[in-house]
Amino acid sequence: MKQLLLPALLAALLAGCGSTPTSETGGAPVEGRTPGGVTTVTAPEVSGSGLPAELTDPKSVLSKRSVYFDYDKYDVKNEFKDVVAAHAKFLVNNRQFKMLIQGNTDERGSHEYNLSLGQKRADAVKKSLLLLGAKEEQIESVSLGKEKPKAEGHDEAAWTENRRADMLYKGPTGSGEF
Amino acid sequence: MRPLIRPFLALVALAASCLAQAQLSIEITGAGANRIPVAIADFGGEAGTSRALTSVIRADLERSGLFRLVDTTGAALTETSPVDYGDWRGKGADALAAGNLTATADGRLEARFRLYDINKQAALAGAAYVTSASQLRAAGHRIADVIYEKLTGEKGIFSTRIAYVVKQRGRYELQIADVDGHNAQAALVSKEPIISPTWSPDGSRIAYVSFENKKPIIFVHSLATGRRQVVANFKGSNSAPAWSPDGRKLAVVLTKDGNSQIYTINADGSGLQRLAVSSGIDTEPRYSSDGGSIFFTSDRGGSPQVYRMSANGGDVQRLTFEGSYNVTPRPSPDGKTLAFITRREGRFQLAVMDLASRQVQILTDSHKDESPTFSPNGRMILIATEIGGRGVLSAVSSDGRIKQRLSVAAGDVREPAWGPFSQ
Repeated sequence: MKQLLLPALLAALLAGCGSTPTSETGGAPVEGRTPGGVTTVTAPEVSGSGLPAELTDPKSVLSKRSVYFDYDKYDVKNEFKDVVAAHAKFLVNNRQFKMLIQGNTDERGSHEYNLSLGQKRADAVKKSLLLLGAKEEQIESVSLGKEKPKAEGHDEAAWTENRRADMLYKGPTGSGEF
Repeated sequence: MRPLIRPFLALVALAASCLAQAQLSIEITGAGANRIPVAIADFGGEAGTSRALTSVIRADLERSGLFRLVDTTGAALTETSPVDYGDWRGKGADALAAGNLTATADGRLEARFRLYDINKQAALAGAAYVTSASQLRAAGHRIADVIYEKLTGEKGIFSTRIAYVVKQRGRYELQIADVDGHNAQAALVSKEPIISPTWSPDGSRIAYVSFENKKPIIFVHSLATGRRQVVANFKGSNSAPAWSPDGRKLAVVLTKDGNSQIYTINADGSGLQRLAVSSGIDTEPRYSSDGGSIFFTSDRGGSPQVYRMSANGGDVQRLTFEGSYNVTPRPSPDGKTLAFITRREGRFQLAVMDLASRQVQILTDSHKDESPTFSPNGRMILIATEIGGRGVLSAVSSDGRIKQRLSVAAGDVREPAWGPFSQ
């Protein structure tokens, strides 16, 4: 309200406006932005698989691609050591194959801090694979944070499902899951 | 790697469909304690357009929570009419705006108005805007901005825009809308998540993190042309972009060397520099408006807390100590206040810290607050929160009194970013 107490100077300035009001903004065209000022872009999609059956056959251990983590934990649990070892063996025997590990978190907390936590899970899986002979050039670990929940619920069951790292493959021809 | 920079086609049909469904609606849920009584007389001129213009001005002022609209029924005034100060004082008005809208010779519209101080019996401001029928709302916002500034002493934000992400049926849209929720337009449509949008200081570009390539990559997107540039796509995750106040570079978070760490990079993707080295996670960087320091989240002390360092990476200082989860620091435009998210008894709530006294105040009673963003005048903080299981945006004044809720009819709204003053 304090501006209402401004000196009469301002009022005097404006009183002389007459039929042609002037001020610091007088006569300015309102064209700072046009209604069509935003161009819509559609993001490209990654698709296609074409991976060998041993990676996708449900009977193969290599079709198991997920490693689950406890709440606020970032180490690979014993029950997942066999799955990780099988994938390490595949990467050792198939040096032309590449893997993307995506770490995930449950929905609680900030987008970006969860992204960093998911990275720790992906890094833990990557480290295990490297210790078992996979090569650095074969593996990229990244995080999806809390952005791609596998279970959409808001309870402990959903959170458990979402504290996870997934392993994706890409074959020598460049086709695959990422 | 596939070429990420390539021409993209504007999908007009998609944009049109999003316009129909994604209109933000705003509900006022709290107002300021001492609202200024202001009378906005119906603008003179052609009835339909004049009424539309007047209602934009009234809605802006009312939504701000700082004004109470005085009934002007029966008052026929234009910017040249003599003002009966005694009459308006009797109606309880402290200020009066009157104006008219006329067609110009070249088919455009001219909106003229005057603002009067009823108690001082004097004109406070006056302006004329040349506009068009399609830009009538913009003219109304400009007029509301002038009235707001003259009566409160701070700049109005009615001509600003906000960005946010709508998740709807498995699709993500980065939308840009006027701050009153009108003119929502999609800048990016994707099947994969989009997070952390942030406006360039001049309002022409938005930096964000897109997962369209199965990993987080930082883009800078020019709104008018739709041109997108990959700014950071290093091995690992690329996230949390923050513009330097001069718009020349971004602070970013990369995992190419291990844990999440803060780097700076030029807005064209050149000149990568590591800013700081820590043993834990450093993320969510945000420049102070003077560019001298960077606020960020780090778990170097065992739990995520807010820190500040100088913009060249030195002189690190911890700012939050209460509780085991304090994240997403956002300094106010005047540098005096810090907004952040704190976890108290399992609830994530918006808090502000007075940086001089370090006193913390919790501003909301919600449980899932995220991603605070200040209005450019520092008066309001926009957050994402959850009400009835749906993602909505909520605007809270920095004293916690004024509250507004912004939602879309179907879908979740999240990741708000308040744009700069329009130029």
